[in-house]
Amino acid sequence: MIHQFKNNGYNIVLDVESGAIHVVDEITYDLIGIFEGNSKEFVVKNIQDKYPEVSKEDIEEIYDEVQGLVDDDVLFTPDVYEERIEDFSKNRPVVVKALCLSIAHDCNFACKYCFADEGTYNGQPRELMSYEVGKQALDFLIHNSGNRKNLEVDFFGGEPTMNWQVVKDLVAYGRSQEKKYDKNFRFTLTTNGLLLNDEMMEFCNKEMGNVVMSIDGRKCINDKMRPTINGKGTYDIILPKFKKFAESRHQKRYYVRGTFTRNNLDFSKDILSLADEGFKEISMEPVVAPPTADYALKEEDLPQLFEEYDSLAREMVKRHGTDKEFNFFHFMIDLEGGPCVYKRLSGCGSGTEYLVVTPKGTLYPCHQFDGTKGFEMGDVWKGVTNIDLQTEFKGCNVYAKPECKKCFARFYCSGGCQANAYNFSGSVTGNYKIGCELQKKRIECAIMIKAATGSEE
Amino acid sequence: MKHIKTLNTKRLQKTVKTGGCGECQTSCQSACKTSCTVGNQSCEHKN
Repeated sequence: MIHQFKNNGYNIVLDVESGAIHVVDEITYDLIGIFEGNSKEFVVKNIQDKYPEVSKEDIEEIYDEVQGLVDDDVLFTPDVYEERIEDFSKNRPVVVKALCLSIAHDCNFACKYCFADEGTYNGQPRELMSYEVGKQALDFLIHNSGNRKNLEVDFFGGEPTMNWQVVKDLVAYGRSQEKKYDKNFRFTLTTNGLLLNDEMMEFCNKEMGNVVMSIDGRKCINDKMRPTINGKGTYDIILPKFKKFAESRHQKRYYVRGTFTRNNLDFSKDILSLADEGFKEISMEPVVAPPTADYALKEEDLPQLFEEYDSLAREMVKRHGTDKEFNFFHFMIDLEGGPCVYKRLSGCGSGTEYLVVTPKGTLYPCHQFDGTKGFEMGDVWKGVTNIDLQTEFKGCNVYAKPECKKCFARFYCSGGCQANAYNFSGSVTGNYKIGCELQKKRIECAIMIKAATGSEE
Repeated sequence: MKHIKTLNTKRLQKTVKTGGCGECQTSCQSACKTSCTVGNQSCEHKN
């Protein structure tokens, strides 16, 4: 399967199954569009009719060049993965390698779009995780991780800095177990910044492989959706701290991460606002909200959102190689050292290798399912006991999703977010259309940026 | 005249034999938490 698109003056052909990306001229672009299933004579004649100024010999030369790509398995590459899918989905043994610790089911912000209901996750009580529960969670992870060496633990909430001492104690406990079990903990933390201080920054810089700082971009946008619990704006409080934090990490191993909603369909301005404040690692996510919310994205917003991504991509090309250059999380694409096909097919690992732990020690498939009735998987003492649910998640892969099977983006999004699929379609093997459309656009932009700034073979 | 520039040398189909160690980062542990973004992840072994 191939995907052809034009962006910012580039004609791009993605060979989906091999991952090869070809930048071609106009004639070649059209020729590839009619290549499959047709004879050389038909293809050459058709292109001759469209480009009478080009000689038959030149068109035949292009045809032969395209045929060379096919012979090299980088164009119209057949799908060799579907027949083996059960080997690396249903038939693989389950190991747990990543936990999201909901260390605080409480928050000192009152963000209007919060999928976690200000930390309470579907109306659970506001509470903090105890050290004992957290320690048991780390033990559960160690003992269920098989021969995986790298174990990921994300301190999440709510707001994790509201339970700071437990965060520090759990990091110390994890480190104390690494040598004994030959494991390497990779700790990460997501914060809204309100309580962030120098001691926390210093600790994070020593212990956290990545930190996510939540801020929505322009002051007016941030303060509208991310107020304190007293309804006050937060931008002026958090911005200086985040700038200091990012600098103290030498502008690496962090993201400033925002959410855009229907209130700021011109969200590229928010990304550029963060870039102009000096941040080099930026993420901006489309809001996930019930369709009834007034800030929820609608299908009719898609053309404007596409244009926002396009204009952001063009601006990033302009800034490439200058001191204004920055990374945008969703435009990052690793063409050479990217993930293997197993990773690309099996997705995020929710419900299998990735789980969330609530303050009470209950396990759910991921942070988005925290508190969702019917999705309890077990607890940190007994482990995963809901084997039926685990099996359902284990079977989630791009070939289990009818919409994904025919989509060019399936090896980049890996089938998308299971929670979004469930919330919008009622099934973890369904799809969330707006999310899919935005994802596809982001991949096209990411590839265009590589075409504009990258090297050639 | 060259009509085609190929941007990457990697062949995804080759990773059927070399991949699958599972050591790479879980996608939602990076920055998203609300979408699934895998294409930008790196392989631990640069397979």
